[in-house]
Amino acid sequence: MITVTNLVRKFGDVAAVDDVSFDVAAGEIFAFLGPNGAGKTTTIKILTTLLKPTSGAIEIDGLDPATQANETRKRFGIVFQDPSLDQELTAFENMDLHGVLYHVPRKLRHERTEMLLKLFELWDRKDDYVKKFSGGMKRRLEIARGFLHTPKILFLDEPTLGLDPQSRNQLWTHVKNLNASEGVTVFLTTHYMDEAERVADRIAVIDHGKIIAQGSPDELKRQTETDSLEAAFLILTGSSIREEKADSADQIRQMAKMWRR
Amino acid sequence: MNAIYILWLRELKRYTRSRAMVVASLGQPLLYLLVLGFGLGPVFQKAGNGSYLQFVAPGVIGMSVLFTSVFSGIGLLWDRQFGFLKETLVAPVPRITVMIGKTLGGATVATIQGLLVLIICLIAGFRPANWLMLPVAVFFMILTAIVFAGLGMAIGSQLQDMQGFQLIMNFVVMPIYFLSGALFPLNDLPGVLSFLTRIDPLSYGIDALRNVLLGASHFSPLLSLGVLCISACLFVGLGSYSFSKIEA
Repeated sequence: MITVTNLVRKFGDVAAVDDVSFDVAAGEIFAFLGPNGAGKTTTIKILTTLLKPTSGAIEIDGLDPATQANETRKRFGIVFQDPSLDQELTAFENMDLHGVLYHVPRKLRHERTEMLLKLFELWDRKDDYVKKFSGGMKRRLEIARGFLHTPKILFLDEPTLGLDPQSRNQLWTHVKNLNASEGVTVFLTTHYMDEAERVADRIAVIDHGKIIAQGSPDELKRQTETDSLEAAFLILTGSSIREEKADSADQIRQMAKMWRR
Repeated sequence: MNAIYILWLRELKRYTRSRAMVVASLGQPLLYLLVLGFGLGPVFQKAGNGSYLQFVAPGVIGMSVLFTSVFSGIGLLWDRQFGFLKETLVAPVPRITVMIGKTLGGATVATIQGLLVLIICLIAGFRPANWLMLPVAVFFMILTAIVFAGLGMAIGSQLQDMQGFQLIMNFVVMPIYFLSGALFPLNDLPGVLSFLTRIDPLSYGIDALRNVLLGASHFSPLLSLGVLCISACLFVGLGSYSFSKIEA
């Protein structure tokens, strides 16, 4: 479903993604693990047509996102690291807007919106403004929205960041169920090893833009002779702390926190 | 087509739902209209130019159209790094569709804002020379709004942070306003100032409004119409280009 061969993306002289290759099979749940700044989000941005690769080949359901952007976009749904809902619209309006942008016919749009909002327990709140929602509800809405146009692939970029254990648990249960019922391929990144261990069929560990290990959670543990994925991860990536440079995105995030009601 | 409509509708919904913002954004034009309108009135009258309130009203309408439309584009800055923008950037619709939907939405909102200020002007004592020309005045408001919504999109696509916003405010938006002849007649100006007012598209928008509402103008109406149409094409084109270059 996703084939990436020798992918490189440079920002100036720095290679954020450095010669990365991997395959994700249809219907699989594939996790991308790595410390801050390892190149996870950059990879997702390239796969989802938001960034162009410097070199390398990508196939998403047989399409090249760099040259067939619009066709590729119909095939996937994405939940970004930062919220991408319109806070001033209601939950229903956010879903409906998404459906129109993805050319989902009106009748089907309404049916699927109702089905997904009920599944994610948001149907009672469908006419409330998103700005009144809690963090967990917003995340659920974003994931429901990602499924609206029946994508073949769902990208989840750290979807559980900042959520409490209950919300995280519930979120993954829904994602796993939809993975099974709609056969959607899931590509996720996360910092939480327990989540990766629980939901992912296969894992790739990325550091400094390179994939340093790939396999099922059990294979990774065997390979590093550890008994938990967390220990395996630390052995693979070392235990030094990565300082990310604060950039304009962080500034805007801070501004947003101040201004959000 | 549906995509343009839904994005246009979104801008409109956001506008009608933020009533506090609507009221707040009427404050500034109100100050200019009432304080300058009545404050400079006697001097203006003595100089033999008639009523200043009559003169300044189209300028104040133009001002609120300018501010609202440019800000609608600069709102991209907010959406850009973490907000709703990404949702539209990965949607399977051409970027140009997104850009046109947002620009038309911003222009519509700016025109509504202009109409609100027109109503306030009427309440304050402004009287158009010919009431039947009001629809033509609205047409010129729409045209001006499209010009500056396009410019706003071009700027908004480039801006990276809030410091940039202040820069744009003080070195682009305010000069466009002050050099437009919104507040003073364009006759007999010193050379440099006269030149600057002539390259400011808002001058033509406000002059056209004055022509339509008061029957007096500095430029020929056809020239104003031409300049506005060309600037609209230019800025919307520039906005589309910058918008298509955004990498999230």
